[in-house]
Amino acid sequence: MRTFSSFAIVLSAAVLLAACSSTKLDDKNAPVENRAGTGATTGADPRAVNTVNTGSDPLNDPQGILSKRSIYFDYDSYTVKDEFRPVVEAHAKYLNSHKDRKVIIQGNTDDRGGTEYNLALGQKRAEAVRKALVLLGVSDAQVEAVSFGKEKPKALGSDEAAWAENRRSDIAYQ
Amino acid sequence: MKMRMINNSRTALNAQHGFRRLSSIALTVMGIAAASAAHAELRFEISGVGASQIPVAIAAFPGEEGAPQQITSIVKADLARSGVFKLIDNSDSLSDASAINYGDWKNRGANALAVGSVQRLADGRFDVRYRLFDTIKAAQLSALSFGSQPQLMRLTAHKIADDIYEKLTGIPGIFSTRIAYVTRSGKEYRLEVADADGEGVQVALRSNEPIISPSWSPDGGKVAYVSFEAKKPVIYIQNLVTRQRTLVANFKGSNSAPAWAPDGQRLAVALTRDGLTQVYVINADGSGLRRLTNTAGIDTEPRFSPDGNYVYFTSDRSGGPQIYKVSPNGGDAQRVTFSGSYNISPRISPDGKTLAYISRRDGKFQLYALDLTNGQEQRLSDTVKDESPSFSPNGKYIMYATESGRRGSLAIVSTDGRIKQRLTTQIGDVREPTWGPFMK
Repeated sequence: MRTFSSFAIVLSAAVLLAACSSTKLDDKNAPVENRAGTGATTGADPRAVNTVNTGSDPLNDPQGILSKRSIYFDYDSYTVKDEFRPVVEAHAKYLNSHKDRKVIIQGNTDDRGGTEYNLALGQKRAEAVRKALVLLGVSDAQVEAVSFGKEKPKALGSDEAAWAENRRSDIAYQ
Repeated sequence: MKMRMINNSRTALNAQHGFRRLSSIALTVMGIAAASAAHAELRFEISGVGASQIPVAIAAFPGEEGAPQQITSIVKADLARSGVFKLIDNSDSLSDASAINYGDWKNRGANALAVGSVQRLADGRFDVRYRLFDTIKAAQLSALSFGSQPQLMRLTAHKIADDIYEKLTGIPGIFSTRIAYVTRSGKEYRLEVADADGEGVQVALRSNEPIISPSWSPDGGKVAYVSFEAKKPVIYIQNLVTRQRTLVANFKGSNSAPAWAPDGQRLAVALTRDGLTQVYVINADGSGLRRLTNTAGIDTEPRFSPDGNYVYFTSDRSGGPQIYKVSPNGGDAQRVTFSGSYNISPRISPDGKTLAYISRRDGKFQLYALDLTNGQEQRLSDTVKDESPSFSPNGKYIMYATESGRRGSLAIVSTDGRIKQRLTTQIGDVREPTWGPFMK
């Protein structure tokens, strides 16, 4: 008895399949069964939750260009290299559209040389970035250039890799 | 942070002596001022000082063993460190009332003899008396007495050493002067003040952000410095006694390199409020700002000459950094250094005749002195990461920061380059030294 019932189910399934096959698979007008009672998008996980950001700030996007806040300089150089232009331009654009935001540009040097002279050299690196921002329309009131000289090294050590890491200006939002 | 003074002697023999001296200082610090330690010190000599060493004998002061500090140990350590005395070994104990056998001391090789006594007074103070004799002329050169608080016994000893130094050389001694410097240990920065021998350390400022460029006021009561506690360089003046801090310069941009005018009323500073770093003069209360230099590049590290007629500073107007001078009233600057492509950190000797600075040659940053009267330049250090020179107030020594075992340390060299000492800390770095003025 049990065996018979199973057979009957398999048979009816085969009949159903045969019926379906009469519909053309590429027919765009083929009716699509909607199994989600709420009317959500086809195939979506009914329990998924997607976030809506009200006033989402591109500054906080960890993947965005604005997440880049460091401008590196060559040895004995105080000009913003071409490869960092897009970063400076992105921050300028952001500051121009957010007039209430302020940044401090913090210039740094490697650890070779005198404390005060390096402070002045770090200022040159900060000033280069500040000027670039101002030339791109950022208001003077929105940007301050300061120097840490060699006093707050990001990389410790006395090799080229550490020195290169410390020849840097950081854009710090307030 | 405890500092130790180590003599950086040039020969193995003297390195041994230096070690002996270090041991004796340690003993004194721990209060185990045994007579044997004093004797070990007497054998201490410094090589390379030439024929100018004055042989002097310091007899033990009766009663000093009962005082918190053994006066003659400190006096002898001061005199030995100066490099201009040869201490004549002796195991005598002579009070200021003792009869002096001049011929005997002359025969033992001493040109001068110091004697004295220490007596505890009813009020807890110590009566310290001292006399200095010229054994050749059989005459008294000096006599002083002090009613010293127990905690000021070190100072009393330094003042006796100052008197001996001055009576025998004609130059004021600097043993009772103080130094200030910055230490870093972990995340903590400290501005510390110590006796010129590195003892008696007191903390003036503690911060989790860098402190640089301390500068003593001419009266010795205040220190100007740059603190990064506001996440940018800002200049303060701190009264060492009252702890009162005055904000001197917190303009837009960086504020740094404070240097006192000889009158103690104004400071020269380096500011970036108008663009790149430039030199300004400002009143000590932060008022009356006036721009002194005007270039499109870097002008920084101003220093007044002791007569107040010039402000020396570092400028990159010729390309690399060089030292210039300008009238504090403004006008055209004159270039002062021409040798080498990197000369920074100008400091003028108290007599105005010598410029000390750091020069980079072949990648080494070393201390140099330029005789401003004849243009002769001399390298004064053998180390390679030198910074922040500072003259002793008598002009005979220059203290500077250098590196020792990858840690920041302080070194002292006589202005003739002959005598060298080093101050190290047991932990962390020490840098940015500034030598305080003579004080009453």
